[in-house]
Amino acid sequence: MSLFNVFDIAGSAMTAQSQRLNVVASNLSNADSATSSTGQPYRARQVVFSTAQLNPHGVSGVRVAGVIDDPSPMKQVYEPKHPLANAEGYVTMPNVNVVEEMVNMISASRSYQTNVDMMNTAKTLLLKTLSIGQ
Amino acid sequence: MTSKLDGVLNFHQTALNLRSYRQQLLAGNIANSDTPNFKARDIDFSGALQGALSARSANTVLARTSARHLGSGNENPGGAQVLYRTPHQPSMDGNTVDMDLERTQFADNAIHYEANLTFISSQIKTMLAAIQG
Repeated sequence: MSLFNVFDIAGSAMTAQSQRLNVVASNLSNADSATSSTGQPYRARQVVFSTAQLNPHGVSGVRVAGVIDDPSPMKQVYEPKHPLANAEGYVTMPNVNVVEEMVNMISASRSYQTNVDMMNTAKTLLLKTLSIGQ
Repeated sequence: MTSKLDGVLNFHQTALNLRSYRQQLLAGNIANSDTPNFKARDIDFSGALQGALSARSANTVLARTSARHLGSGNENPGGAQVLYRTPHQPSMDGNTVDMDLERTQFADNAIHYEANLTFISSQIKTMLAAIQG
């Protein structure tokens, strides 16, 4: 029953989007973490999506290829009274762009909703298929 | 008689198979709306249906001489050619999924699938009426 593949596709996309949402949550909550267990300030992380072939007929789902460290430069904040300030009075703060992360969050949640809708449609179609001839 | 019953349902069976295949392709497009460099794909439905119907009437069977040859599974009914969509507004990351288009096509395909189911059901009812009198 090939319509069942829609569940796999939507499921893979939902897993990927929820991982993206997790990373956004981590970035937003650590937007002000000037230090961490390694002694370095927090670095923003981003997920990378890639296409996952489900079968040889062009039907494809999504998978998270990896979580990368955001390569953008760290923020320098002038705060001489901060215990982590350097000789010039600057503190290195995480490179989290709060606006970008909020947009990412909305995008991820909308994509998640779309995939739930898709799954519901497939479910309705399958249930109707089961009642052929009744 | 059995072949006649088959013939009555053949058209809708082929159409349903193609519709469910197209539903999968569109689901893949929507699922990959955030994947960089993903190219949206679709089939030309009427052409694919005609191809599938003529292939079925000619009773094509794929001969497999090696275990690595592709079989004729019904995942791609009648060998429908999967094409790439031409993007109207291409995005910077090379993704060609137009969410509005994909969602309308997805809904459209779902309604057509349901319509096909309704037709098949009423045909079965007609045949039953003819049998039972």
